[in-house]
Amino acid sequence: MGNRCAVIGVGQTHYTTRRRDVSIAGLVREAALRALEDAGLTFKDIDAVVIGKAPDLFEGVMMPEAYLADALGAAGKPMMRVHTAGSVGGSTALVGASLVQGGVHDRVLVVAFEKQSESNATWALSTHLPFSSSLVVGAGGYFAPHIREYMRRSGAPGHIGTLVAVKDRLNALKNPYAHLKIPGIDQKMVESTPMLWEPIRYLETCPSSDGACAMVLSSESAVTGVPAWVHGTAMRSEPIFRAGRDMVTPQGGKDCAADVYRQAGIADPRRQIDVAETYVPFSWYEPMWLENLGFAAEGEGWKLTESGATALDGDIPWNASGGVLSSNPIGASGLIRFAEAALQVRGMAGEHQVDGARTALGHAYGGGAQFFAMWIVGREKP
Amino acid sequence: MPSDPLVTQHVLEFPGGYTRSTGPVVGRFLSELRARRIVGVRTAEGRVLVPPLEYDPATGEPVTGEYVEVGPAGTVTTWNWVHEPLDGHPLDRPFAWALIKLDGADTALVHAVDPEHVKAMRTGMRVWPVWRDQPTGHITDISHFVPEVTKIVSNVRGEYRIQAGGALRVFLEGIERGVFLGGRCDRCDKVYVPYRAACPECGGVIPDTLELPDTGTITTFAINNLPDPRAPQVPFVSAYILLDGADIPMIALIGDVPAHEVRQGMRVKAVWVPESERTASMANIRWFAPTGEPDVELS
Repeated sequence: MGNRCAVIGVGQTHYTTRRRDVSIAGLVREAALRALEDAGLTFKDIDAVVIGKAPDLFEGVMMPEAYLADALGAAGKPMMRVHTAGSVGGSTALVGASLVQGGVHDRVLVVAFEKQSESNATWALSTHLPFSSSLVVGAGGYFAPHIREYMRRSGAPGHIGTLVAVKDRLNALKNPYAHLKIPGIDQKMVESTPMLWEPIRYLETCPSSDGACAMVLSSESAVTGVPAWVHGTAMRSEPIFRAGRDMVTPQGGKDCAADVYRQAGIADPRRQIDVAETYVPFSWYEPMWLENLGFAAEGEGWKLTESGATALDGDIPWNASGGVLSSNPIGASGLIRFAEAALQVRGMAGEHQVDGARTALGHAYGGGAQFFAMWIVGREKP
Repeated sequence: MPSDPLVTQHVLEFPGGYTRSTGPVVGRFLSELRARRIVGVRTAEGRVLVPPLEYDPATGEPVTGEYVEVGPAGTVTTWNWVHEPLDGHPLDRPFAWALIKLDGADTALVHAVDPEHVKAMRTGMRVWPVWRDQPTGHITDISHFVPEVTKIVSNVRGEYRIQAGGALRVFLEGIERGVFLGGRCDRCDKVYVPYRAACPECGGVIPDTLELPDTGTITTFAINNLPDPRAPQVPFVSAYILLDGADIPMIALIGDVPAHEVRQGMRVKAVWVPESERTASMANIRWFAPTGEPDVELS
């Protein structure tokens, strides 16, 4: 795994539908400055910048990394862009970590963003190329059939998705940065919202958010403040079209989890991990990923959700921050998972802090559930 | 109805308009306007009056001779909406009369604001003047005020020449003839449809095409309640269909059945457009429709 690497600063913007008051540059800088402030550093202390975002077509700014170098204090420093669709936030953190673990740099600023209000993600994901042999209908239309198949295979009762939709939004009420704040949300409210892509209801989907997230990653000798130590990092991808590909529980996700657990010495994620921040943009992906990530046996994930184990006061809280279901600046969403995992083990998660969290999982996925990025962070040095 | 001869219009207008001496203070203000500057005048107490007055209304004392450039931007302190502009109003479309405190001024100026829509009007908003082309030294040299620029529209447009690649061309030429062409990977023994030249699993070459039937099984599906240009109505069903003999499903529309009667495991068959309308395009397949055969048991 190379040299030790720690998260020493986290910065987030308040996620919201429209940040009309700032440019894209202003948005990413806000997150970067907060991360630097958390680390007690300035841009001068940073050796390199890694930036991630979802497809350029989302805002129509091509190669935004070139335009954003000034805003991120990157002039004269290495700066690179990462892109792995929705998992990009996670991959961005991992590329930054690899630069520290590989001994290339001592302090790396990683930033990811999306300003969804400037365009329309569904449009950008459904460009209707000529000669296409496939009917593509946006993210919800893509994932709904796989949720339906999960329900069939597992026999999960229909209300499981609504439990996650309520649980994550209740957690969001404790997170000052969360976008959706729906006081009094309950199962009945979620069930009363229309089906968009059956079996996905409106309140079982993530919002469209503007926002940015940043972290300062550091080598052991350059640590300032409170560190969250990186115990394992892994990325996997798989082709979207492959005969026999299991789209309910993709092999890439299983392999990625096995790799990151091996590095961190985790044999039983349910017992050894204290809190997980996972990429759940549609409520049913919680039970699906509980199985894919080995927190529950195949077909049993929904029982864990139903038992309340994944709630903030459960034995394995998932998405204490409110998750992607409450805030979704797409390119940043993965990085937020990684950053929230770090905040938990640093003991700095505020009102949604999981008591005594020592080991946390950050997880992101993207594309047609074909790109995966994960890390394990801990309070102690690896 | 006959008009009443004892009702008529009467216009009272002094020919050519009244002349008015501005005095030095207002004259300076209007001269500055003609030069596209907005000035206020400082009172003995140090306040900046915009528009300038000759005598300080607070004390009755003459103002000082000090003119201060203000604005050109300012902040709306209050406003009301004019739904139907009258003759003589500065704009011929609905607009707001607003009190605007220009930057550097201590008093507010009355002027028109055109926010394009009443929903954009609010107290506290920042506004900038729009100048008339030919200033004459009149308050109407400022045509009206408009909201500060906070966003632009950026048109991004790319035009591409798209050419179907080798394998896709083979597949679509099959579709033009009304057949699905797939191919079997020699190494993996998996049948891919649409036909592709290489296996995504092992990278092996798929040399030959294989004709597949236009029947298959729905493995899973979504009922879409958001409209899509390619679907005839909402709700519409987009389904993964495993063609008989294929090892990978394709996504297609389901038709000729109410959305909520579609089932996983349902047997379907392609509904082709009439031969005379066929092109090398997936539009040849209107949708897949149930065959009426018993459902397939899914594993």
